[in-house]
Amino acid sequence: MYIYDKNDQHIVEERAAQFRGQVERRLKGELKEEEFRPLRLQNGLYLQLQAYMLRVAVPYGLLSSRQFRMLAHIANKYDRSYGHMTTRQNIQFNWPKLEDVPNILDDLASVQMHAIQTSGNCIRNISADQYAGVAKDEIVDPRPYAEIMRQWSTFHPEFAYLPRKFKFAFTGAVQDRAAIKFHDIGYRAVKNEAGEIGFQIYVGGGMGRTPMIGKLVNDFVPEKDLLIYTEAIMRVYNQFGRRDNKYKARIKILVHELKLEEFTRRVEDEFTAICEEGAVPLDQAEIERVSAHFVDPNYENLSGESENLDHNLRDNKDFSLWYKYNVESHKKSGYAIVNLSLKKKGVPPGDITDVQMLLVADLADHYSFGEVRATHEQNLVLADVKKDDLFALWKAVRDLGFGEPNIGTLQDIICCPGLDFCTLANARSLPIADKIIRRFDDFDYLYDLGILKLKMSGCINACGHHHVGHIGILGVNKKDVEYYQITLGGSADDNASIGKIIGPGFDQDEIVPALEKILATYISLRLEGEEFLSTYNRVGMEPFKEQLYANH
Amino acid sequence: MQIIKDKAIVEDHWIHYSGEGDLPKGDVIVSFDYWAENKDKLSGRRLGLRLEPDSLVKNIQSDLDDFALIAINFPSFNDGRGYSIAKILRDRYGYAGEIRAVGDVMRDQLFYMQRCGFNAYEIKAGRDIQDALKAFDDFSVKYQTSSDEPLPLYRRR
Ligand code: SF4
Repeated sequence: MYIYDKNDQHIVEERAAQFRGQVERRLKGELKEEEFRPLRLQNGLYLQLQAYMLRVAVPYGLLSSRQFRMLAHIANKYDRSYGHMTTRQNIQFNWPKLEDVPNILDDLASVQMHAIQTSGNCIRNISADQYAGVAKDEIVDPRPYAEIMRQWSTFHPEFAYLPRKFKFAFTGAVQDRAAIKFHDIGYRAVKNEAGEIGFQIYVGGGMGRTPMIGKLVNDFVPEKDLLIYTEAIMRVYNQFGRRDNKYKARIKILVHELKLEEFTRRVEDEFTAICEEGAVPLDQAEIERVSAHFVDPNYENLSGESENLDHNLRDNKDFSLWYKYNVESHKKSGYAIVNLSLKKKGVPPGDITDVQMLLVADLADHYSFGEVRATHEQNLVLADVKKDDLFALWKAVRDLGFGEPNIGTLQDIICCPGLDFCTLANARSLPIADKIIRRFDDFDYLYDLGILKLKMSGCINACGHHHVGHIGILGVNKKDVEYYQITLGGSADDNASIGKIIGPGFDQDEIVPALEKILATYISLRLEGEEFLSTYNRVGMEPFKEQLYANH
Repeated sequence: MQIIKDKAIVEDHWIHYSGEGDLPKGDVIVSFDYWAENKDKLSGRRLGLRLEPDSLVKNIQSDLDDFALIAINFPSFNDGRGYSIAKILRDRYGYAGEIRAVGDVMRDQLFYMQRCGFNAYEIKAGRDIQDALKAFDDFSVKYQTSSDEPLPLYRRR
């Protein structure tokens, strides 16, 4: 992974010092809360219902074991001994005290981490395919570009006060695991016929109250122009994005209102103008310098077969189920990608204790070259595990509580913090997720349901990505009662789609039975081997609606 | 009034003219609209132009020589359009006069503002101007090119 040099290190240290000064001015009353607000937000510090929340950046989801240990230390020392993995591959601490935050930033800086631009109306932390560099279907490793972009966007002087927050996502694989069409800008690294690297650039995707699928603005931006082209998009948005209405301020609305053609024309004009000013292209030498941090680890040359794995798969049903659901194939023969499931009854999706963090760090050191990855589905990944080690790792992961064999199943819920923490929430989401996980805990049934993405948000801001859930649940508030609206048919992958609302919502006692009916309808209608989304796409909303509201 | 100019605190004599009452003597800063309607009356004077966040900077491209100063208004801290305006004036149109930030301007924006081509700042009332001066030293390293730095960090590492 990328290792800071003295320049990168200076920046995070100076940021920590700057924020220490801002906190001091706030505590002394020299800064009013309304003035402090945009400053703390640029540093990931939110005021939640009961306390501050600090969001720490995990660039493109990649963490070293050393960094993970520091997160454990922070959770233990400044928080209530846990952290929360977010839907954008970051980690949040829910209970820090304002006066402790400068110390936390110092601790983070000591392991090359920070909370820079994890909130506020600026370019946010960059997300990427969680299997980058190890996926079999990858054409270009997007991580060097995501890191170059992280540096470029860090304290970009012109784009710190945008109309609204701004999110980038990168993939370089055939299958989109980073939901690039649901980001303000989505980048897909590709190669042209000459074998040169460039980017397909999608602009204007997003969730929130007006979900939209990103539109292809340019089919091939050569890598040397990556930063310049991005600057052009950002400048058009900074000048013309709406600032009169918070709900219309995202770039998706600008693209929508200008229409793709006019938006693209403005971007292209801006791009030309920047080039004429004598813009510095992204140097090949820089791409190589950064890429050198993302070369393959010291893989052993192994055969694809593992005796140890095969006989344990034969002998141990639990292990073989875990292998089937939580382990993915790896580009390197003899290796595998392991998902640690942070979805389990009784624990909010994505929560992890300090003790678990330490143990995961140990496992990473022992089995996976000392690296851990965070996924936008709120799980963790050990990306480089020898097949020979899988059985031993499984036992350790199970003891840790992260061995539920439920990745990709209905239990693997994406869920925002909701009304338990969030000031914007309309309804609680965590207790509903827990109810669902408890109700659907028969694994034979879960496996029979197949791949089913359930995503839940506590309000229309859609941090839980409900719009792109095969089944989405949205918390709403009607006359002080929490209701849950169901959407069907969303998808964040290549065939991106936005789920449609099925009908009137359900209260907290009705929502699980409603889900039961939807699932039963699917089972009765599906063709042999057909997954939920395909069945829905084939039969449409009607049959689900009929069953769901039959007795009403 | 004291302002920050070229990273020092200086006494300033420019007068902001709202367009109401008689045009004052001395160096005045007028709005875009006022200037557009009174070009004749204003010719021959040392002139400052005040732009708002939604001003289209294209519209003054050919008249830039008329202005000794361009003030860019920040009605609120959160409105970041002025940064792009300054950047375009400096780097695209080669404007060499003073670019001044006015309005909701305080310490915490100055680092970014000077990077985008501003060189003067009217710190809003009630703020310690001495303290604001320290902001230019907040960061010693800059990743990106901007008006103050022609080369990206990767050409300077
Ligand atoms: S979706 Fe709404 S409730 Fe959930 S975290 Fe986002 S803003 Fe809060």
